Amino acid sequence: MRGVKPTEQEELMYRAIQTFLVALCLLVSCLATGLRAQEDIRPLVDALGATSFPQKIEAVKALAASGNPKVADILQNLTDGKLYAPKTGGAVYLEGAADGAYLDALTGAPANEVPGNLAKIRLNNGLRGAIGAALSQLTLLSPDRAARLTASQDLLKDANPDNLALLNSALAQEKDAEVKATMEAARAVILLKTDASAEDKKAAIDMIAARGNRDALTILTAAMDNAPDDLKPAIEKNIASIKTSLAAWDVAQNIWYGLSLGSVLLLAAIGLAITFGVMGIINMAHGEMVMLGAYTTYVVQQTVASVAPGMTDYSLAFAVPAAFLFTGLVGVGIERSVIRWLYGRPLETLLATWGISLILQQAIRTIFGPTNRQVDNPSWMSGAFEVGGLAITYNRMWIIVFSLGVFVALLLLLKRSKFGLQMRAVTQNRRMASSMGIRTPWVDALTFGLGSGIAGMAGVALSQIDNVSPNLGQNYIIDSFMVVVFGGVGNLWGTLVGALTLGIANKFLEPYAGAVLGKILILIFIILFIQRRPRGLFALKGRAVEQ
Amino acid sequence: MKIKSHVMSAFLAGALATTAFSSVYAAEDTIKVGILHSLSGTMAISETTLKDAMLMLIEDQNKKGGLLGKKLEAVVVDPASDWPLFAEKARELISVDKVSAVFGCWTSSSRKSVLPVFEELNSLLFYPVQYEGEESSRNIFYTGAAPNQQAIPAVDYLMNTEGVERFVLEGTDYVYPRTTNKILEAYLIAKGIPKEDILINYTPFGFSDWQTEVAKIKEFGSAGKKTAVVSTINGDANVPFYKELGNKGIKATDIPVVAFSVGEEELAGLDTKPLVGHLAAWNYFQSVDAPANAEFIKEWHAFTKNDKRVTNDPMEAAYIGFKAWVSAVEAAGTTDTDAVLDTIIGTTVPNLSGGYATVMPNHHITKPVLIGEIQADGQFEIVQQTPAVVGDEWSDYLPDSKDLISDWRKPMSCGNFNVATGKCGGKGS
Repeated sequence: MRGVKPTEQEELMYRAIQTFLVALCLLVSCLATGLRAQEDIRPLVDALGATSFPQKIEAVKALAASGNPKVADILQNLTDGKLYAPKTGGAVYLEGAADGAYLDALTGAPANEVPGNLAKIRLNNGLRGAIGAALSQLTLLSPDRAARLTASQDLLKDANPDNLALLNSALAQEKDAEVKATMEAARAVILLKTDASAEDKKAAIDMIAARGNRDALTILTAAMDNAPDDLKPAIEKNIASIKTSLAAWDVAQNIWYGLSLGSVLLLAAIGLAITFGVMGIINMAHGEMVMLGAYTTYVVQQTVASVAPGMTDYSLAFAVPAAFLFTGLVGVGIERSVIRWLYGRPLETLLATWGISLILQQAIRTIFGPTNRQVDNPSWMSGAFEVGGLAITYNRMWIIVFSLGVFVALLLLLKRSKFGLQMRAVTQNRRMASSMGIRTPWVDALTFGLGSGIAGMAGVALSQIDNVSPNLGQNYIIDSFMVVVFGGVGNLWGTLVGALTLGIANKFLEPYAGAVLGKILILIFIILFIQRRPRGLFALKGRAVEQ
Repeated sequence: MKIKSHVMSAFLAGALATTAFSSVYAAEDTIKVGILHSLSGTMAISETTLKDAMLMLIEDQNKKGGLLGKKLEAVVVDPASDWPLFAEKARELISVDKVSAVFGCWTSSSRKSVLPVFEELNSLLFYPVQYEGEESSRNIFYTGAAPNQQAIPAVDYLMNTEGVERFVLEGTDYVYPRTTNKILEAYLIAKGIPKEDILINYTPFGFSDWQTEVAKIKEFGSAGKKTAVVSTINGDANVPFYKELGNKGIKATDIPVVAFSVGEEELAGLDTKPLVGHLAAWNYFQSVDAPANAEFIKEWHAFTKNDKRVTNDPMEAAYIGFKAWVSAVEAAGTTDTDAVLDTIIGTTVPNLSGGYATVMPNHHITKPVLIGEIQADGQFEIVQQTPAVVGDEWSDYLPDSKDLISDWRKPMSCGNFNVATGKCGGKGS
């Protein structure tokens, strides 16, 4: 018995050897097939160096179909612009770490003989789309959620029926709700293209329609063309219902856009509400204070980027106080040197401040050059998110928050602080204030500085949505005067209501009348309004008005 | 008293002698060239660069020994983005400074303002910017692109390569976009695009709140057909437009935007990472791979002492205009306007993209059309380049101008010859 049946130990060892041998076999064969597979796709990789875009697109598709694990890396390198090929077409090389060093695009080993006329492989939109679709097939099962989301979005855009099986298997193991929803939508879109059963297609249509957004509308409208006749009524019904809901969202969207435009107007006008509204100075250089604020933002961003590159996302936090102080000081300087000699002479003030605005513009043009300066949006101010059918961009949202914050702070300063009290006293009755011991010239200078400083802060916000160029201020000066006059001179609440009203009215007119006519209609409305109510929406009452 | 008056008269005589000498020197030994670009006001952003480029070209020519054995002398004036002032300054350049030729203008409004001055005083203007066409003057050379050298090849690219079937023509509200869009609309309809697939929209100068417009583009693009935007948005309004596009996540693979007024200079104020793949159509890009271009960029960086300064299409147009004028003056042996007008037609000079530009009888030049895609570094990747195209001043797609041609060679010498009636003087300017 002993000789026939091996002991437990022997059996174990026997099994271990067996396993080892099998593993060795597997390893060897894997290596061999691996190497073979790697060399198999070499002609495909080299085809990426073709001279025409259609050829390159074919190569990308063929690579994706090869199922080789190296493909994802190669395509990523192609997207990143790291692949090089001779200008006349030919073998493809990967850019090395050192200048002028090239690696084998497939193995990553240093390449020995490199042709001299290598150039970066160029991409166009068609090729970029093909790479996106190819990469999405390869990364759909990736453990990284973000990669899966991008992949599923790309598949939704591409909607290639060949990916149906892949999507089905990915769907089976997907846990994340958002990724799963996108995948299901992609599957539904693909189903509409295949010859699936009528029930499946019906379900797919409902599935897409349930998304209810603009993309769903695009997909359904496109599906209309080649849908079987019995499905057409269902699609039409869904298109109609999406359109109705989108129309409702359009109203919400117009209000949001209006608020956003209104907040920009408010920011631009609120400094003027102090210098023009409270002090009565027709300050044509107000726009240039905004422009100086924007340039301060640029300088601060450059400084932060060179001193502490890690902090660039927060450079705006330094820019706001810096812009306030700098433009405030410039404002005090202007008041002390020019405006104080011209109190009570509005026409001369207008001309003098107009001259100052030209001087400031040309000074900036001489120092920074006439071209735009680049002020980057920090990452928390880039992109958009969706609330129902409403796409809200972060930069606009933060500007609304910022302008309301500035408004509240200014209101508190005027109503609750000693300086605010003195300021109101001086503007209401200068001689009485003076005899109460208030140093009126200082209050004048500081008030003008405050107005200018707020304009500078507006410049920080505007640098995020507009050009930082010497002409920045000119675009806002007319709008600012419009808002202050419409809202009621000397009344901050009037400025707030005026800015928001004009913003929202403008955005409701724009889709119907167009931007040009919309602006004209607003101007006509203001002219008529001022005829009826010369003192604006919220007119100041009392003796102060009589002066 | 006596001594004093002696000293005085000696001083005066000396002063007179110097003035006389210097004016003799100026008249005999230099050829004056006028530069008429805005250095202040809204257009300074674009035109200042061209002034610098002209100064560089003139300095370079002087290093090579000048022209006809004389030094070139640049006379720079600042018309301050003020159209009537352009006419005044042009008159001053021609009558007071006696310049032999003027290089300048950017906007069509400024060109239209100076046109009668150049015709009246019989001088030469080289205009280096792409424009809407529909004009021909005996005294003006248009070295920028006419619509058929930029706009039409660009929509051809969109239709053929990107498969676009729906077009948004988005422009700033003034003459260039309006005329270009009129031509494009006629062209697209002729190509079988139905009218409901074309949306034309205008916005004011310096427009900055693009939310509604971008939403409208997105909505127009959701009709199930591939949609593209053809942008004739001018200067300052572009940055907020592209920022809004980037933030709204409209990628070039979804709705590509092809622009006719956005070049390297305009992109300098933008983070281009969200914009990769959006297009521009020009006749030159800084990224053109040609030895002449590499040399030009090197010279430009040395001249401006700043190796970050970009080059752009109007600079190349100014380069070609200047070289063509130099070569025509050399051929004529004089700077006399009529003589130069005779020799300049047919003059061929190298351009910066490795080819040649020929001055045609209609005072336009031959140019290749380049389509470029915006890259993350603010440069353009050239994705298509056509052979040289002859500039067509009177568009074949507008009913008013399709029968008109322009030929300034003798004996025709006509800017608007009507081939249907066989007479000089049709509709148009």
